[in-house]
Amino acid sequence: MKKFVSLAMVLALCLCLFAGCGQESSEPTENPEATAPAGGTGEPAAEGAAFYFGAVGPLTGENAIYGNAVKNGAQIAVDEINEAGGINGYQLKFRFEDDVSDGETSVNAYNTLMDDGMQVLVGPVTTGPALSVSTLVNEDRTFMLTPSASSLDVVDGKDNVFQLCFTDPNQGMGSATYIAANMPEAKIAVIYRNDDTYSTGIYETFVAECENQNLDVVYEGAFTGEGASDFSVQLTGAQSAGADVVFLPIYYQPASIIFAQADAMGYEPTFFGVDGMDGILTMPNFDMSLAEGVMVLTPFSADATDERTVSFVTKYNDQFGETPNQFAADGYDCIYALKQALEASDANPEMTNEELCDALVAQFTSMSFDGLTGSGLTWGADGTVSKLPMAVVIHDGAYVSAENA
Amino acid sequence: MEFLSYMISGISLGSVYAIIALGYTMVYGIAKMLNFAHGDVIMVGGYVSLLSVTALGLPWWAGVLLAMLVCTVLGVVIEGLAYRPLRAAPSLAVLITAIGVSYFLQNAALLLWGSTPMSYTPIVSGSLSLGGLRISYISLVTIAMCVVIMAGLTLFTGKTRMGKAMRACSEDKGAAQLMGINVNRTISLTFAIGSALAAIAGVLLCSFNTSLMPTTGSMPGIKAFTAAVFGGIGSIPGALLGGILLGIIESLAKAYISTQLANSIMFAVLIITLLVRPAGLLGKYVPEKV
Repeated sequence: MKKFVSLAMVLALCLCLFAGCGQESSEPTENPEATAPAGGTGEPAAEGAAFYFGAVGPLTGENAIYGNAVKNGAQIAVDEINEAGGINGYQLKFRFEDDVSDGETSVNAYNTLMDDGMQVLVGPVTTGPALSVSTLVNEDRTFMLTPSASSLDVVDGKDNVFQLCFTDPNQGMGSATYIAANMPEAKIAVIYRNDDTYSTGIYETFVAECENQNLDVVYEGAFTGEGASDFSVQLTGAQSAGADVVFLPIYYQPASIIFAQADAMGYEPTFFGVDGMDGILTMPNFDMSLAEGVMVLTPFSADATDERTVSFVTKYNDQFGETPNQFAADGYDCIYALKQALEASDANPEMTNEELCDALVAQFTSMSFDGLTGSGLTWGADGTVSKLPMAVVIHDGAYVSAENA
Repeated sequence: MEFLSYMISGISLGSVYAIIALGYTMVYGIAKMLNFAHGDVIMVGGYVSLLSVTALGLPWWAGVLLAMLVCTVLGVVIEGLAYRPLRAAPSLAVLITAIGVSYFLQNAALLLWGSTPMSYTPIVSGSLSLGGLRISYISLVTIAMCVVIMAGLTLFTGKTRMGKAMRACSEDKGAAQLMGINVNRTISLTFAIGSALAAIAGVLLCSFNTSLMPTTGSMPGIKAFTAAVFGGIGSIPGALLGGILLGIIESLAKAYISTQLANSIMFAVLIITLLVRPAGLLGKYVPEKV
């Protein structure tokens, strides 16, 4: 009997191991199907004669909403381009790898893509992994355009790494400037995550800029990743300091907890988030009413009425059943910015990664790009983009630009 | 006023720790083993109660009852399959098995429900206003729940036959068996009670944190284990005292010293207490007879 039980347990353990493997390896087998050039028109001229874009970002885990949004947005762009005849007549191959927003996993995902023949990297989506991967990319001379890793350290000193999103200092400055212009009397509290480069980066510039603008910061509360489930102390601190605006330079997952706990305390300040707040509206089972009135600084608002945004939002809604956020738009723009640069440099898929990289660097530093997240975007040689953030308010579970609210 | 509100959030957090710590302490007291899978049973309880509301459309109280039922069965099954065969084995083997079970539960949850955090709808919402003080109803419910459970358990172990059997087993398993007590059944019952409490703790914890993922139970599990050791492992009032003190220390340390160092301060207090009182605050020091 004892032997039987221990055998059964050994078996169960083995199964667990395999189950783990199954989950890992299911990604690549799933992906080619999703990434095979969709649409029957304009098949690649020959096998291998296609541009290969790889992307890395979190499809599972805490920040999964960001990665999935980028993936979906980019996929729409890839499908559109392939349907319209590709880039310089060549089809576009696109493959997305999961990195669970973890540096080491991200490096592995990048290596997987490189072994598979990737030519240009779109990603990583989040800042931490982007820091690890960008160093490698710089050594390998492969062109990298991240849709959303906003820390300056990602591009710093790496000539072939570019950002499509505005940078952390930019977000901190933008938020402080916006509050100074629209709510100059506000008493501000900041709750930030101090073991995260993204959060501390924005926090530091925000507080510095608040001082310049003579804004009153009454409370600063920090938390670390592990403690990210109980914010009652920070919220009580903010409340008793009399803060009526709470600035949250953090990702959406802890933010959702902060909203719920503030609500339970009966504390109702104006919450002000930056791009990490994007995604809160698509969180499973999240009570939308908690986010009512939350302000978010974002370069993209799905309620814009220009033709491209409307067409993108409709397609996204049809295919994925939700309203796209900023990350989806960033993913979409990345693909189109690369297309524009590849076309302008008359590139073809036979070129090596290094040749493509040099061509793309030359284009990115000189071109001007119109996308969903802004028009007339230009890049500096340092890899940062010039782009203006705008404020939106969450109303009835959707973004409304602050001017319309 | 601020201080009071920090105290209340500390006490309600501590009450959750206390309820979890009860599971550790009861199992340790009777089976003399550390059930490290306890924290993950909490997570299972959270998922069951959430999914029975969102997926099955049950009212929240039915979700809580279903979670208790599932966790009770889970606890008994874990004990029967993983721990009972090792009853005569050295305690290190049992400890490693418990860690294995913990990982098993976490990974099973990862496969079943995915790693994306789910938003948990609290069982009660809103807050009570007392002068300038705001107390959320969930804090009050948690504290009340903790008191009720503690009183119930004290009565159960003190007055009922099963409770007496449990105390007898904890004193001396061999002698208890000689007196006609079914030791295996008593241990199963302990696991059943501990796991049902874990389900309640899961619901309360998730109502606080409003977020649920496969690793939700691990950190509170470790803190509750600390609370159990702090109060004196094996002692039921010790779990209550340890849990609540730990909650208050955590809350005040976050408020007045540093949010980053709160956990370190908590564990430092544990170490200092154990240096002074090796058996914990209310634990009995039993010298080894040679």
